[in-house]
Amino acid sequence: MDFFLSRYRHLTVLLIVITAQLLLIAYQVRTNKDIPLIRVWAVTAVTPVETGLELVRHYTWGFAEEYFVLLGVRSQNETLRKENGQLKIENNYLKNELATADRARALSVFEAHSPSKTVAARVIGNGTGANSKVVFVDRGSTSGVESGMAVVTPDGIVGKVVDAYPTASLVMEITDPTFAAGVISQKNRVHGTLKGEGHAECLVDYVQNEEPVEVGEWFYTSGDDRIFPRGFPVGRVAAVQNGKTFKQIYVTPSGMQGGGVEEVLIVLQGVHQEIPTGEVASPGYQILPLPAGAVSETPEGAPEPGTLGTDADRLRAIYKQVGEEEKHVYGVGAPGTKPPDFTKLPSIHGAPPPPVPKPKVETKESAPAENPADADQEGLGEDSTVVDPNSTPAVRPAPNGPDAAVKAPAKPPAKAPAKPPTKTSAPPNR
Amino acid sequence: MTEYTEHLLREAPRKDTASRLRFVWLVVIPLLAVLSQVYVPRFIPFLAYLELPLLITVHFALSRGTPISSLFYGMYIGLVQDSLSHQPIGMYGIVKTLVGYFAAQVSMRFDVQNPVVTFILSFFFYFFHQFFYWVLVRALLGESIAFDVQQTLTFGLLNAAVALPLFRILDKLKVSN
Repeated sequence: MDFFLSRYRHLTVLLIVITAQLLLIAYQVRTNKDIPLIRVWAVTAVTPVETGLELVRHYTWGFAEEYFVLLGVRSQNETLRKENGQLKIENNYLKNELATADRARALSVFEAHSPSKTVAARVIGNGTGANSKVVFVDRGSTSGVESGMAVVTPDGIVGKVVDAYPTASLVMEITDPTFAAGVISQKNRVHGTLKGEGHAECLVDYVQNEEPVEVGEWFYTSGDDRIFPRGFPVGRVAAVQNGKTFKQIYVTPSGMQGGGVEEVLIVLQGVHQEIPTGEVASPGYQILPLPAGAVSETPEGAPEPGTLGTDADRLRAIYKQVGEEEKHVYGVGAPGTKPPDFTKLPSIHGAPPPPVPKPKVETKESAPAENPADADQEGLGEDSTVVDPNSTPAVRPAPNGPDAAVKAPAKPPAKAPAKPPTKTSAPPNR
Repeated sequence: MTEYTEHLLREAPRKDTASRLRFVWLVVIPLLAVLSQVYVPRFIPFLAYLELPLLITVHFALSRGTPISSLFYGMYIGLVQDSLSHQPIGMYGIVKTLVGYFAAQVSMRFDVQNPVVTFILSFFFYFFHQFFYWVLVRALLGESIAFDVQQTLTFGLLNAAVALPLFRILDKLKVSN
């Protein structure tokens, strides 16, 4: 025995170490328990450094980005000052408007209006392993996060918390091959199981070939898995084909668009919602119908909502209209000449300062019947996420399709109109 | 056997263990390697296939040439890597334990200072590491993950190419005893 141990000392140690680790794995797999001590040590050692690196990257990159943006803005402003002072004002205004389309604000709006209790978190790193689709977020058990909690964005579900440590949590994305969640289709209420495939699209399994599922149809969480509350958007069907027993339904996850996420919400206390029956502007944003008796605030001459693509387009049209009224030709006036009066511009969000231009008053009585989008919205039902039209910030649908949402202007109008300044615009391509 | 191959083969265990990494580096370098594996691919996804922890294990084993310390070092790095994954702890631990052991055994028979040998060994151990991990996941966890041979070979070459300058840098950190 001694001879054997001394002759094969290295091999003996190797076998002991391998056996010990095999036993460790067997224990974890058999009991379905983790070895928290080792993980907590490693995560506690690594994640603070990651958080620090992420902060440094965020601020240095953000600073550099702002620096270059400012450089561009400065040169652009100089050119504009030479050409026309008013164009500079327009440019600044446009920048402010566009800056409101900020991801973080969208997240906070969603958080404020979601009935579920959530906590915002930032992705700070990936998990190890080339095939794994797990990420670390900077919220842990000290923030109330626990294993098994759902992770979402305003656009859709992202994954679930698989481990919660004091300073960070490990989130398995829905594209991970071991991920599964209960889903239901919007149109025909077909139940299925969403499975990750390791790439951008996910598979909805266990749907009988006889069940009707269409391409383009939305899938929502069904709540069957006890992880995701019912009613969160999952994704749109990209392809459907019949399989041997079950359909092969491939879904493009709406929460993972662009390949990854940076900010997420962890659902601390989920509240089940009904599956929306009408079409939504963007997953998570419901389009509200006009309140009864509301007036359209569209100024006379200004383009009808939905005819122009973005706020910038609408603002440009308003400037153009004012310029035409005052017989001003843009780009012609020399520096020092009297500019047109832009102090009484109507708001593109439907709250014009009185009294010029004269608003075209329309009663809302005939609107629901005429506008199919509004008619859609009447069918939303009581379970839809209702946003108070007077709350700030309000979420409005984007007129250029279901994947965009535009928020209310950062500054309210100087003088509020007599009636609520609610303005809805149905997407033109509904 | 040619003169060149004789030169590559060593007749006795390597003697150049006089210079070694400081203890603090032995702890910090694997952590940095794992950290970079966790953090960098967020911005450069392609670098997810760079197995720095493996290369650190191979370098340690080749330069030390002592199987027992190498297998423990491999186990340490593997367990740290396991801790940051969602797999049971021990999967990477076992694989890197084996890599450390075999790399140390190989270092006794080859001139591991030779760049060609370093390149070939790094490539081989990358493939071994990926293949054995795949086997373990299938056998122990019952998960059917794909093993793309062509992709693994390609990334093995890339990792081997990275290993050459990396080993040079790590050699610079050594101090003479």
